[in-house]
Amino acid sequence: MAGYNGCVNGGGYGFKIPEIQFTKLFIDGNFVDSVSGGLGLPSFLILLNEWRASSFIPMIYFTVPILWSPLGDDSLGKTFETRDPRNEEVIARVAEGSKEDIDLAVKAARKSFDHGTWPRMSGYERGRVMMKFAKLIEDHIDELAVIDSLNCGKLLRFTKKNEIPAGVHILRYYAGAADKIHGDTLKLSGEFHGYTLKEPIGVVGHIVPWNFPTPLLFLKVSPSLAAGCTMVVKPAEQTPLSALYYAHLAKLAGIPDGVINVVTGFGATAGAALCSHMDVDKISFTGSTAVGRLVMEAAAKSNLKHVTLELGGKSPVIVFDDADVDIAVSMAHNATFFNKGEFCASGSRIYVQEKIYDEFLKKSVELAKSTVIGDPFDPEVQQGPQIDKKQFDKILGYIEYGKNEGANLLTGGKSYGNKGYYIEPTIFTDVQENMKIAQDEIFGPVMALMKFKTIEEAIEKANATSYGLVAGIITKDLNIANRVSRSVRAGTVWINCYFVLDPSCPFGGYKMSGFGKCQGMEALDEYLQVKSVITPIYSSPWL
Amino acid sequence: MTSKGSCGVKMPEIKFTKLFINGSFVDSVSGKTFETRDPRTAEVIAVVAEGDNQDIDLAVKAAREAFDYGKWPRKPGFERGRIMMKFADLIDQHREELAILESLDSGKLLHLNKALDIPAVANYLRYYAGAADKIRGETLKCSGEYQAHTLKEPIGVVGHIIPWNFPSIMFFMKAAPALAAGCTMIVKPAEQTPLTALYYANLSKEAGIPDGVLNVVTGYGPTAGAALSSHMDIDTISFTGSTEVGRQVMEAAARSNLKSVSLELGGKSPLIIFNDADVNMAADLAKNAIFFNKGEICVAGSRVFVQEDIYDEFIKKISESLKTWVVGDPFDPNVNQGPQIDKKQFEKVLRYIEYGKRDGASLLTGGKPCGEKGYFIEPTIFTDVKEDMLIAQDEIFGPVMCLMKFKTIEEAIEKANNTIYGLAAGVVTKDLNTANRVSRSVRAGMIWINCYNAFDQGCPHGGYKMSGFGRDLGMHALEKYLQVKTVITPIYGSPWL
Repeated sequence: MAGYNGCVNGGGYGFKIPEIQFTKLFIDGNFVDSVSGGLGLPSFLILLNEWRASSFIPMIYFTVPILWSPLGDDSLGKTFETRDPRNEEVIARVAEGSKEDIDLAVKAARKSFDHGTWPRMSGYERGRVMMKFAKLIEDHIDELAVIDSLNCGKLLRFTKKNEIPAGVHILRYYAGAADKIHGDTLKLSGEFHGYTLKEPIGVVGHIVPWNFPTPLLFLKVSPSLAAGCTMVVKPAEQTPLSALYYAHLAKLAGIPDGVINVVTGFGATAGAALCSHMDVDKISFTGSTAVGRLVMEAAAKSNLKHVTLELGGKSPVIVFDDADVDIAVSMAHNATFFNKGEFCASGSRIYVQEKIYDEFLKKSVELAKSTVIGDPFDPEVQQGPQIDKKQFDKILGYIEYGKNEGANLLTGGKSYGNKGYYIEPTIFTDVQENMKIAQDEIFGPVMALMKFKTIEEAIEKANATSYGLVAGIITKDLNIANRVSRSVRAGTVWINCYFVLDPSCPFGGYKMSGFGKCQGMEALDEYLQVKSVITPIYSSPWL
Repeated sequence: MTSKGSCGVKMPEIKFTKLFINGSFVDSVSGKTFETRDPRTAEVIAVVAEGDNQDIDLAVKAAREAFDYGKWPRKPGFERGRIMMKFADLIDQHREELAILESLDSGKLLHLNKALDIPAVANYLRYYAGAADKIRGETLKCSGEYQAHTLKEPIGVVGHIIPWNFPSIMFFMKAAPALAAGCTMIVKPAEQTPLTALYYANLSKEAGIPDGVLNVVTGYGPTAGAALSSHMDIDTISFTGSTEVGRQVMEAAARSNLKSVSLELGGKSPLIIFNDADVNMAADLAKNAIFFNKGEICVAGSRVFVQEDIYDEFIKKISESLKTWVVGDPFDPNVNQGPQIDKKQFEKVLRYIEYGKRDGASLLTGGKPCGEKGYFIEPTIFTDVKEDMLIAQDEIFGPVMCLMKFKTIEEAIEKANNTIYGLAAGVVTKDLNTANRVSRSVRAGMIWINCYNAFDQGCPHGGYKMSGFGRDLGMHALEKYLQVKTVITPIYGSPWL
């Protein structure tokens, strides 16, 4: 147990690491142990923890949940470790939900959907509760930012300034939409009167990835709350901590018990149980294409629940000759290396037109080399560690593929430091379209730089992928911008900008990047279903 | 091979029996064919090309080429609409022949095909033709100094899998919005009813729909249908049929290229009749809700709940009204109900009637086949049906009504929702509050108040729960064949956000 202490304390840079208060499953409004397992911790540990809890040593508060055991004994359910990617050390042990826990959570969600107040409240009232939820998150931004940074190696200044506020913004956007859910009145071709009702789809399962634990949780939870759904959230096993914190805040805000349930655990157990559950009406998944496939198959094999998938990408950034090279280099750099390359919309294929190619390449390498890698709590640092060993090994594996397949490694290509999962920003040139590094989603700081001559060639190459999530275009020419944005098959096109996400802008993939939208009013429709009501109409003065 | 006509109707020559790929009628690659039969007599009407995965590959290639490089998606919506209008006119001109072909192949009533099904098809085409130049995105005001807009773009190559119960209507419920969106497509009609689909393919060419845009591959589900569902180069699949096959379609999509799927599946739809209803009208609605199209309709009102005060009178009226219900040759204008589609369905329906008897339901009327030839079944009503009986839970897809009594509105709502399905529901009442309460409470995609089977091209249709997802008809159906692209650019010096 003592080994856990160092990591929790490992903040530094003047940031106090908060106590990890929430490590249990949140079901029907209560934090509970998982049903299965039962490590049967010796009771002296409980005593030890009690002692620690009473002696104001912040780093041991992670054990508090043991004291909260509703059973009042030492039979703790199964748990798993969540680690700090900076140093691979354990931050906390979190309850490991399995099929049984998902069953309990779905039962609670079903009950609150079928008989509870949430779907029967006016949209206006739901919006008011959501606004309060947003305010509570805002009040805890500092703590939540530290938790997300600690749990997934994200830059603290970014989680604080962008990600947690983005979660708040998304909640408020959909809070304002909750009382604007309208159907249509239909004029029909005979003497009938028709109208549509938009009704909440029911119990929703949300599977949230580890790369943006807060924004992606709220991209799913907020529109489904506004719609009047109830839900079970399964955060990624790598990053369970902030989700449990949000569960606590949801309760404080007045979201009724059973509406939001959070079951932490692994994909193959808890995630699979959610996808194949006969009483879940809809599943919303963000993650890899490989797992998205399993989610959809499970839905098909069970109750044919509706699915939305936001999957991988291999997104192109196309830089034309007329671009300002310095701006283009900086945008491409951020498109690839932002969040250590761990984001689905990463601009991992950079196409540069031939006249500015050499200059672009030179400046890109300089910029990549100047990147400060290190502790994400350090405000000077630009790139933190990859999420875990598996991803770290996968990325290094792809760098080897790149070298073996004959791409030219310009900079980076190695791990960084002796501890934690740091990788240097890596740039390959002479990349051919059929190489693995040009086709597969690497999900790390690896840029494939390619040259092109004509706009036709750029469009063709940009589309030579099984994915279609986003694309970037850098040009001053309006006609080029319009032509390329129409021609590239991708769900979002950024012109002279990149990774601009706005709650009002629908986001989601073409092709094998999935289907269904998050963000915008389109996302609300993902959680609503349309009912048509028709009745004859007699002696109407007009049709 | 042309089947015998009857009732003074001259049988048309069967002109189109080959696959329609890239604008030409062709034999299947394997050269294989299959028989399509007349459900009145079980006799063979025609021998039709049997497409399999090789033919699907060719059709997808043609559709892909037409989508990636062809004119159709690059034409203005207005021009697509004009061609679709012409297509609709051609269908009107051939209404008589199409209606006969449809009746011959599926045993549907000829007078209804003429008066309803074929004209509905032309209406669907015209509805979406008029929508083709009204496809618009939105301009989005963002929260920072950015300008964003959405584009609605055709999703690409579409696979349509059509059932046999409404061969023409289902074809155009799917093909019309996909055409308007600018998609290209492969239509796989049911193996029981391939004939009108091939006829429409020919008319589409005559109307000026470019080669490769609309391909029709006739064949079986496990071969041609499966190849379509699992194809790596199809962008969306739209399926109407059984829940069981819908599951396979979705699984195949998940295992292949994760294409989006829309499913319109089975139902076990309730019709709830309240004490204040006009009993004659209610009996008439109930009769048509279940026996229309021989019960071969996904929205069939197969569970009829009648409130206790009028229950006995309702039974009397519906029994009486069935005395004049004529089962027989669908070419005869006096006939109300034709034969079931094929032997398999015929036997399935009779098996369910046996289950009903075995499980203790009372057979009020019907329950037997009619005649010695063909797949005719008497309109059948069971009373004393319990919620957990097979006949109250499973979709029978035949002329079998389960009649049940209820006391309170709460009980009616609970019973109506006691099914895995959620496709449609009917409410018969004069009371506005009852109508509103029930229509809000029943979990189904379509609620008919004091009417039933009232479909309109402007009105979305699709399921809740295990009746599937996605909507046909209305502007909602257009969205299935469009995808949303968001384009964002910084904006400098704007006078306002």
